Amino acid sequence: MSELTVALLRLGYLALLWLLVLAAIGVLRRDLYGTRIVQRGLPGRGRREAPRGAAATAGAAGGTGAAPEPRAEARPERRSGRSSGPSRLVVTEGPLRGTTMPLSTSSVLVGRSPSCTLVLDDDYSSSRHARIFPQDGGWWVEDLGSTNGTFVDEQRVVEPVPLPTGTPVRVGQSIIELQR
Amino acid sequence: MTVATIASHQVRAGRTTELGLLVLALALGVGAYALVGLGTADAVPTNWLGYAIGLTVLSLALHGVLRWRAPYADPVILPLAVGLNGIGLAMIYRIDLAEETGFSVRQLTWTALSMVLAAAVLVWLRDHRTLRRYTYVAMLAGLVLLVLPLLPFIGATINGARIWVRVGGVGLQPAEFGKIALAVFFAGYLVSNRDTLALAGPKLLGLQLPRARDLGPILLVWLVSLGVLVLERDLGTSLLFFGMFVAMLYLATERVSWVVIGLALFAGGAAAAASTFGHVAARFDVWLHALDDEVYARSPGGSGQLVQGLWGMASGGLFGTGWGEGRPDLVPYAESDFIVASLGEELGLTGLMAVLACYLVLVQRGLRTAIGVRDGFGKLLAGGLSFVIAVQCFVVVGGVTRLIPLTGLTTPFLAYGGSSLVANWVVVALLLRISDEARRPAPAVRTVTPGGGTPTGGPGTGTPAHGTPVVTGTPVGPGVGRAGGDGDDDQPTEVVRGVPR
Repeated sequence: MSELTVALLRLGYLALLWLLVLAAIGVLRRDLYGTRIVQRGLPGRGRREAPRGAAATAGAAGGTGAAPEPRAEARPERRSGRSSGPSRLVVTEGPLRGTTMPLSTSSVLVGRSPSCTLVLDDDYSSSRHARIFPQDGGWWVEDLGSTNGTFVDEQRVVEPVPLPTGTPVRVGQSIIELQR
Repeated sequence: MTVATIASHQVRAGRTTELGLLVLALALGVGAYALVGLGTADAVPTNWLGYAIGLTVLSLALHGVLRWRAPYADPVILPLAVGLNGIGLAMIYRIDLAEETGFSVRQLTWTALSMVLAAAVLVWLRDHRTLRRYTYVAMLAGLVLLVLPLLPFIGATINGARIWVRVGGVGLQPAEFGKIALAVFFAGYLVSNRDTLALAGPKLLGLQLPRARDLGPILLVWLVSLGVLVLERDLGTSLLFFGMFVAMLYLATERVSWVVIGLALFAGGAAAAASTFGHVAARFDVWLHALDDEVYARSPGGSGQLVQGLWGMASGGLFGTGWGEGRPDLVPYAESDFIVASLGEELGLTGLMAVLACYLVLVQRGLRTAIGVRDGFGKLLAGGLSFVIAVQCFVVVGGVTRLIPLTGLTTPFLAYGGSSLVANWVVVALLLRISDEARRPAPAVRTVTPGGGTPTGGPGTGTPAHGTPVVTGTPVGPGVGRAGGDGDDDQPTEVVRGVPR
């Protein structure tokens, strides 16, 4: 064999070795993290109901000058028929900060019990802490006899009170709010 | 403030990915075998085709077993093990050619046996939690395996270490199997007792110290490790067992104090051993003064082997001499203890780094499995077994490169030695089994909502298919989907904490 062939085989083998390593890293890169973090607030990203492909198109559209705002406004209307109703529940403080849940027409039970709709990992909340439910075209919050209480605007909730969009509700150490 | 939203990750089963990686790994092993022939005799070895077919059939059979019995197992573990094993086989064959020994044929037999055994473990062990029932049986088995070499007639002393058992002409190192048994025992023991080990006890200087009576097990393991060191004169194995126990203790309790206590006990033991036993002191001497003429020329126990290994790696340089072009056979035990130096010489720094990266990824997959699996026993077992692979690599490569004193541990998958190969393939089979459990989508989503449930598709309802776009609109409530998934007593409800912001 010529010197060149020997050198090529030697370096080719090393390249093959690294190819295996890099391919393995490429595979594990995909599930290095157990969850996918989607940043909200970027134009065209994180529209909750949009599949990834649609979100990408929205991003592309935003990039070419079409304002993403009208799309966002149009969305709840098309879906639920309400013009200004909130579309989701967001945890803004506490151990589960960042968690969102889409709202449907049924009520949402909040607490530590696994049977709740939103299960809080929060030592200061009761197992069935509060209920957020739609009534008369709006959303209401009701305390379910929790130990530490549910607070809207620093006021303890004793009877069901209306919950406007964007008003923080304190449940234990967590703060949740309705968002459009 | 940007609010981040968690969407569950869709796990792909990854069997096709595994097949692709496996082809690469086989190409590495078989290619190395051919290159050894080309480098030494300018011709492909005559048995090359048979070797290639054999290794391919075995690997594909194992891959088939995974498809059959563990479809969600991690796709990276098997190809890396096959690749490392193939590289090891090629290097042992290469040393054989230079020294006219017959190690490679025996190693081939052991490889076949190990892979069959790994397949058997995967077929028979349907759920790793079964092993927890045998916690104390495993302890007994582990201790017996450790003591076995000390027995008369069957125990044998080779190269100063009494770690061998001879049965019917076949030499075995029972400690290699003992490490698996003890990992099972530690996992089972710690998962039951971790709360007392973690929570009870006084606090001193910010360290949560354990109670005196809880120190019992760690002292026992320490004494056993010291016993191995004194009676069997095996520094590496004693280090491995003690390190494994301390690491699993830390995994179970999250208490830094255990690591501090473990390191203190280890340092005390090592200092005492170095001042009491000649062979340990000699190891330290060789490590610190390897290049002194007097130490180099000393026989036995001189630094000649270590220094020649270093020269070998130096002559390999950045890209190595190429398969079959170097002289790794100049180093004593180039096929077992110093196979890392042999690889460093023929593959160079680039190749050796790739081999180490393979180990890194393998260990990472094991630890990732430990994070992903939902039961405490599986977490500890996967963590402990991965740590064993990591610590073996560290001790061997550190010893050969003179970072730490040289001890007699085997390089997993690479080094010549049947017991080590079989044991490591069983470790891989166990990791694959646990990773199948860890990556399997959660069975059924239970959403009980009084007053009409919210239709929530929790993590992993449908079977994820290749190429399916990840629907970020999936409603996410950590705990919504997972709560009450499996019924094992120590499976906590998985909750997502600490969202990066």
